[in-house]
Amino acid sequence: MFAADFEYYRAGSVAEAGQLLAAHPGAKLLAGGHSLIPLLKLRLAAPAAVIDIGRIAELRGISTDGDGLRIGALTTHAEIAASDTVKEHAAALAEAASQIGDPAVRNRGTIGGNLAHADPASDLPTVLAALGATMTVKGSGGERTIDAADFFTGMMATSLGDNDLLTAIRVPSAAGRGNAYVKFSHPASRYAVIGVAASIGIGTTGGGWMAKIKGEPKETVCTDVAVAIGGLVPKPLRCSAVEAALKDQAPSEPAFAAAAAAVSGDLGDDLLGDVFASGDYRKAVASVYVQRAIEAAAGRVG
Amino acid sequence: MKVPVRITVNGRLFEREVEPRLLLVHFIRVFAELTGTKVGCDTSQCGSCTVLIDGVSAKSCTTLAVQADGANVTTIEGLADGEKLHALQESFWNKHGLQCGFCTPGMILASHELLRTNASPSDDEIRHGLEGNICRCTGYQNIVRAVKDAAEATAAADK
Repeated sequence: MFAADFEYYRAGSVAEAGQLLAAHPGAKLLAGGHSLIPLLKLRLAAPAAVIDIGRIAELRGISTDGDGLRIGALTTHAEIAASDTVKEHAAALAEAASQIGDPAVRNRGTIGGNLAHADPASDLPTVLAALGATMTVKGSGGERTIDAADFFTGMMATSLGDNDLLTAIRVPSAAGRGNAYVKFSHPASRYAVIGVAASIGIGTTGGGWMAKIKGEPKETVCTDVAVAIGGLVPKPLRCSAVEAALKDQAPSEPAFAAAAAAVSGDLGDDLLGDVFASGDYRKAVASVYVQRAIEAAAGRVG
Repeated sequence: MKVPVRITVNGRLFEREVEPRLLLVHFIRVFAELTGTKVGCDTSQCGSCTVLIDGVSAKSCTTLAVQADGANVTTIEGLADGEKLHALQESFWNKHGLQCGFCTPGMILASHELLRTNASPSDDEIRHGLEGNICRCTGYQNIVRAVKDAAEATAAADK
């Protein structure tokens, strides 16, 4: 398959990429190409110009920044999956990156390209929604940050404007909390049929004033519960019903199962489906993966 | 619009003017005239087009030639040292790791990537490492044996 013809420009810096975007309205940015090139080949996208940002060194790399991670937009999935820094601060992100596609895809695909593409069957958006990440974006009006919750606006749609370049992703450290990503992947493409990310802290509660009067012991409970699901919804969905059901509950198999069952309330009935897995099927299986994710996350606290 | 590119394939430099939409796999097959690299699914799932770009595996059907400008590309034709086959080629031969052979160039280069990152993989790790490569003859058992054999042969040779 061949893409429709396009003009090709290579940006040497973020500033130059901005100038090229301004000069070529409707141009597409090319990073690793593992989302864009398939679209070009299928002619689902046929931009007049493609701006290659793949060699901009300042967009690459993983560092710690204040209380979290800063990941350059051009960092590959393979680099994220292998990073001890990512594993320490956001284990679920490394776990998700290690399950994208296959090794050759992970060598070329980038986190920034993946997020800007916003495929509902993608893994990283779900993890970043659960971990409360923010996106750093350079636009014609300067730099701004967008919360993951506001970044994804629908199926393959983001709040990025025509002249915007996603430069970095900031992930608050989840060290001390347990976090995990589990997915049911399509056996050929490895895209997520269902993907669930969970981040859980475990602390103690006084048990309320009555318990204090009675001198009852403090109880170990789940705190800071964040759960997000993807693959069966147009954009990553924070599961507030699951989170509310698990918060302040003692970590136990029945509590995890009850919280996971609450996902049906989060999902509603308008779910994505295809010939491989219908929306009804995905919904039926979702609670199983939610339970696995929260159990795995709770098991990693400490 | 045509763009000048300089791509070294198996140690030989090719300087060409290409359309930006040209895929690396077609640069290799048409300009470098090396047809060992196959186009299978053409959608980055089957792995038949796997090559090494600066020593790291990539699917050349999902890479533009302009993205490989300045790079060193290794294809199946570049693995052997003269008449001496690479350990992986030797093992795929000895362990009957191929039937029709269409997937083999990609399988061998994906195996090369696996052994680069994990010198002595378990059977399970081999299967995970090759999950981006499909053998439609379903000859996976012997492919796993071949990769294991190559890892052992390489370790023995290094001692």
